[in-house]
Amino acid sequence: MAEHHSSYVPKTGIERWIDARLPIIRLMHDSAVSYPVPRNLNYFWTFGGILMFMLVAQIVTGIVLVMHYTPHVDFAFASVEHIMRDVNYGWLLRYMHANGASMFFIAVYIHIFRGMYYGSYKAPRELLWILGVVIFLLMMATAFMGYVLPWGQMSFWGATVITNLFSAIPVIGDPIVTWLWGGYSVDNPTLNRFFSLHYLLPFMILGVVVLHVWALHHVGQNNPTGVEVKNVAKDTVPFTPFATVKDLFAMVCFMMVFGWFVFYHPNFLGHADNYIPADPLKTPAHIVPEWYFLPFYGILRAIPDKLGGVVAMFAAIAILAFLPWLDTSKVKSGKYRPTFKIFFWIFVVVSVLLGYTGSQPTDKVVLALGGRTILDMVGFAQILTVMYFAYFVIALPLLGLFEKPKAVPASIADSVLGDAKAAK
Amino acid sequence: MKIASRHLVAAFALLGLSGLAAPALAAGGAEHPPAQKWSFSGPFGTFDRAQLQRGFKVYREVCSSCHGLEKISFRNLSQPGGPGFTEGQVKTLAAEYKVKDGPNESGDMFERPGRPADRFPAPFPNAEAAKAANGGAVPPDFSVIAKARTYERGFPMWLIDIFTQYQEQGPDYIVALLNGYEVAPKGVTVEAGLHYNKYFPGNKIAMANPLVAVIDDNGKPNDPGFYTDGTPVTREQVARDLAAFLMWAAEPKLEERKHLGAKVMLWLLLLAGLLYFTKKRIWSRLEGAH
Ligand code: HEC
Ligand code: HEM
Repeated sequence: MAEHHSSYVPKTGIERWIDARLPIIRLMHDSAVSYPVPRNLNYFWTFGGILMFMLVAQIVTGIVLVMHYTPHVDFAFASVEHIMRDVNYGWLLRYMHANGASMFFIAVYIHIFRGMYYGSYKAPRELLWILGVVIFLLMMATAFMGYVLPWGQMSFWGATVITNLFSAIPVIGDPIVTWLWGGYSVDNPTLNRFFSLHYLLPFMILGVVVLHVWALHHVGQNNPTGVEVKNVAKDTVPFTPFATVKDLFAMVCFMMVFGWFVFYHPNFLGHADNYIPADPLKTPAHIVPEWYFLPFYGILRAIPDKLGGVVAMFAAIAILAFLPWLDTSKVKSGKYRPTFKIFFWIFVVVSVLLGYTGSQPTDKVVLALGGRTILDMVGFAQILTVMYFAYFVIALPLLGLFEKPKAVPASIADSVLGDAKAAK
Repeated sequence: MKIASRHLVAAFALLGLSGLAAPALAAGGAEHPPAQKWSFSGPFGTFDRAQLQRGFKVYREVCSSCHGLEKISFRNLSQPGGPGFTEGQVKTLAAEYKVKDGPNESGDMFERPGRPADRFPAPFPNAEAAKAANGGAVPPDFSVIAKARTYERGFPMWLIDIFTQYQEQGPDYIVALLNGYEVAPKGVTVEAGLHYNKYFPGNKIAMANPLVAVIDDNGKPNDPGFYTDGTPVTREQVARDLAAFLMWAAEPKLEERKHLGAKVMLWLLLLAGLLYFTKKRIWSRLEGAH
């Protein structure tokens, strides 16, 4: 925050010595102790810290897994089983890593929808938001390539289906696919490069996270009212102890959900088919991506044309980056936008239903009347795809112009104290 | 929390779980296997040692001529959380197998009696040999098969499963498969070398009912003394024992995992409680805090 000046006072001689040469303790103090956070944040604001925790957890478990994993088509599956059986706590590492990816996505989806509801993408947070979209993309690439590593049936066929998408690009499509594969099919060279990139990308994510947090600490956090901080003394509290203890509490609750899956339901979020070693000659009955890709997979399959499907799928992600300019409303928080709220919840439901269509066979009947199919899964996905994009390019631009927002509180302090009075 | 945020919570819970409905499915045309009762289900489940030993007997005497167990070493049979054979028993058992080793000093491969650290030898030298001996179908390896088979639970069962921790689709399917051989219904032709099974995806399986080696067509045991611990020799019992053994083979650290889980969860719960009250205390310093 612009008006936030460093309050760090080095106490010992060593601290003063370091501070004069590399003010790193000052940096940490300013960003994790004295950093002012709006006092009215709700628990949806704890997911940033949870995401940070999940990233570190993935990196730590991943590095140890690499010590025992073999990136070769003949040994990858067996080496993962070796981890599960012979490595001390190998089962824990692998189940934490595999379920950790899902938890990471649960947290990021909550984090993104939080931002969409409270208008956190609006000025001055456009770059902060776009960096978030970049992290989301990198996460998807990382998780996709990680899922290939155990070299089960879904690893192999998922990789085949997704890399094949690039062949839809005119003229250069096929050469690109050959280049991606390092050959004429998904094979050992593919596994090796995916392994290399799967190790690299998380560290790129870490780099973008640093920028994301830098931007955040420069502009300050949004809050449920969407009203910017006006008076640091009245509107904010210092990060430590207030946000620290709240974030820790939320993180431990989240870890219990994580633990539930790791210890008691470790394969629930995965596919049974991935316990069958990859077999290029045997296509599984249903090739389904991991759950966190399903809404986008639903959009991909909704478009009958291959290239169109690929474009729509990537557009569905890319359009997030344009949110700051598509939403024309002057009011940030959805709390004071009654009509927006309705559209927002429709959008959430549409996203969930798109995930459902992505999980089902395309020819499944959704609606039939007197034995005649009125709507199959593809048709359903098409309707939902239109609704998905309509939210961004129709609803948001128009709502800002025509909606009558409710009165916004004058300041964060006003809103908090007003609520407290009302509760008495 | 405000009403709006409560809606958010509910919606995110739904959203987070939305796409999970699509595990790899035992595809089309097969009945849903009935759910069995398993000693290893639930948060405190453990394997029944005697059952695992019986299941191992069935595997060894009936299935091992076709199905391998390539990820399992003999020594695993005496490890904690498993069938609980003694190290002596495992040594004797291993020695009954011939294991290929070498090359020796003269450069030749040779056979020697198995040792506890050896893995179970494969029944066929390669997939082609397995195919040739089984009319073109390869009998799958049994090391992780209990986790490699499932069936669609459907909505809302898959959601409920998160809370009930139901995850025994694999063993349930194996029991059902072994009890699912039937005369093909009218109008269904079963080609030579295939057999009708109501639980197998597509209903036509290349494996003849393997349990006829233990139970005859009238449901009577060929050898009433097959089990030495007094357990009745019925087709359901034999199938359940075998499936429990396969679950252990697929997940040998199941008990260790659940034990550690209980400790971790309890610890997290305590920590969450402490943090909750600390948080309340700290925030109560603020004017207008709620
Ligand atoms: C004579 C060889 C033979 C024996 C003995 C045998 N099987 Fe099989 N089994 C096969 C073949 C071949 C297949 C592959 C069937 C197919 O794909 O159609 C198979 C497949 C299976 C499958 C996988 C079905 C699926 O869903 O893909 C299971 C489970 C199974 N067998 C269990 C057993 C059990 C348990 C025993 C011992 C009680 C046993 N088998 C004994 C040959 C055998
Ligand atoms: C953004 C963070 C990361 C995500 C989302 C992620 C995701 C995944 C996923 C989904 C799998 C497949 C798990 C399975 O089904 O078995 C996987 C496997 C793997 N990952 Fe990662 N990963 C991340 C970071 C890392 C890092 C930093 C490393 C190494 C330094 C790593 C190393 C591995 C290895 C060796 C495997 C194969 C073992 C296995 O399949 O369990 N991962 N990862």
